[in-house]
Amino acid sequence: LTATAADATRLTGKTGDAFSSAWRRRLPLLPALVYVVVITQLPFLVSIYYSFTNLKDKTQSLIPEPTKFVGFDNYKQIFSDPFFRQAMWTSVKMTVLAVVLSLFFGTLFAILLDRKFLGQGLIRTLLITPFLLMPVVAALIWKQQMFSTLFGVLDKVLTFLGFSSVQFISAHPLASIVTVLVWQWTPFMMLIMLAGLQSQPSDILEAADVDGATSFGVFRQLTLPHLRPYLELGALLGSIYIVQAFDAIDVMTGGGPGSTNVPYYVYEESIGGGFRYGAASAYAIVVVIFAIVIATFALRVLSGLFKDEEMA
Amino acid sequence: MSESERRGTTLGVGQRRLIGVGLGALAWIVGLLWIFPFAWTLLTSFKTEQDAAAQTLNHGLSFHRYGDVAHSTAGTLSLQSAFENSLVVVLVSTLIVLLLALPAAYALAIRPVHKWRDVLFFFISTKFLPIVASIFPIYVYAEKWNLIGTRTVLIVLYIAMNLPLAIWMTRSFFLEVPRELIEAAEIDGTNLFNQLRSVILPLAAPGIAATALLCVIFAWNEYFYALQLNFASGSTMPQWVISNVSTRGNFLAKLSAASVIACLPVVLAGWATQKRMIRGLSMGALK
Repeated sequence: LTATAADATRLTGKTGDAFSSAWRRRLPLLPALVYVVVITQLPFLVSIYYSFTNLKDKTQSLIPEPTKFVGFDNYKQIFSDPFFRQAMWTSVKMTVLAVVLSLFFGTLFAILLDRKFLGQGLIRTLLITPFLLMPVVAALIWKQQMFSTLFGVLDKVLTFLGFSSVQFISAHPLASIVTVLVWQWTPFMMLIMLAGLQSQPSDILEAADVDGATSFGVFRQLTLPHLRPYLELGALLGSIYIVQAFDAIDVMTGGGPGSTNVPYYVYEESIGGGFRYGAASAYAIVVVIFAIVIATFALRVLSGLFKDEEMA
Repeated sequence: MSESERRGTTLGVGQRRLIGVGLGALAWIVGLLWIFPFAWTLLTSFKTEQDAAAQTLNHGLSFHRYGDVAHSTAGTLSLQSAFENSLVVVLVSTLIVLLLALPAAYALAIRPVHKWRDVLFFFISTKFLPIVASIFPIYVYAEKWNLIGTRTVLIVLYIAMNLPLAIWMTRSFFLEVPRELIEAAEIDGTNLFNQLRSVILPLAAPGIAATALLCVIFAWNEYFYALQLNFASGSTMPQWVISNVSTRGNFLAKLSAASVIACLPVVLAGWATQKRMIRGLSMGALK
């Protein structure tokens, strides 16, 4: 159904040439488009400009130097900075681990919840809850009441079972943060996978049942292919949010080797204490270049999701 | 179904029931395990500080810690002002997100603009832009325009944060609205506003509610922008929770009470609308 401009004019009962008709179509889109461009793209352009200067916060230094162009100095510095490389690596590990594990548990829980059993609604409610909690609170709960060697439940359980105490957060900072991320994002993945399971056409499943197919056969041959776009969607949305993880790191470790990801590193270099906006902007631009590479790949996955859709 | 898959059911009725009970029990174990950290925090919030620190239960349970966190020392961020700030920021930003997203979704789904696919991808791609890449200019200009510490700066940023997701989801709900109804309204000469109001919105309402709820969750829980741009008396609930953290560590019960209060509004809203969210995510995301 591709209405031509002439159709549109006829339908709305107004006169106007093709040009103004096209703009009438665009008009409802413009406020949102302009808003997003102004708030997200303009600051980014300013960031690019900053990245070629030695801009610093003047109130934070005793002898303010005038801001001047430094060319590619900030960018050259990145490649000799081992901490930045470490932060990149931490980012990759943190995101991949958290996304894969929460997708795995989320799918498993969705399969368990898709069957009828006593208390199904209650258990679903309990499982969803961690996703609704503030990331700051989730991190605090795990830090102080689970992982802490003084007040933590895990420590009590370990000593009760005869093991020695583990300094979870200081000895395994990445694993501790990933635990909290997985705890929070598993319910989100579960919701997406539940949506996928419930959208399966029931007549095909019944037909398979009548044919005497085993549950495992049905799952592998029918359910799993049907769930694939939902898995991809979960991975995509999960990565968008988890790669930017900041709250859990700030609350649990406050940075440090093994847990500083790229967003946290750039934060530390700038408003978090370094106040070197010029240099930090250069880091941020490099991150954006990486993000664009990943996003291109992710958007290709996404356009696969749109491929079956009929254009309305 | 291929011939090799046409194996008969080998399990008897009794065995099937046993497996069913077993899977139900497993779901219960998983559910209780997953809620445990929060349930434990809820329990701690009713304990005395001695009991909380020692992980015992010798002095009974009470609501006293909730009274404690409601009273704040003068000059610090109080529960009341943090709650008010959060409420205003979340409601205003979500409302504006919907006002911007609904017409945009109309232009992407019902009467699609030329190259609607590119426009949709552009919106989604802004979510890939790391927040840190734009925070310094925002910080510098917010400082220049005296917006640091205001609700306004958070509202402006939360709209940009939630708008792409909202457009994406509402667009798919709009696709669910039968074309015939919209065309009938068009032939009647109904304008965009009235089409939205009388035909599209009533049918897409459950999906729009799910979208609004996700925006509320993300805005209510947001910490990074609030920390960078709004650290004083104008700040929101996540900062108020953090302000209850004692470095001496002996106010665990009080902190637990603060955590529960801070999360309660969104948790209750999420519980009430969970079925709608599942539907919203399936249709919203993949159509």
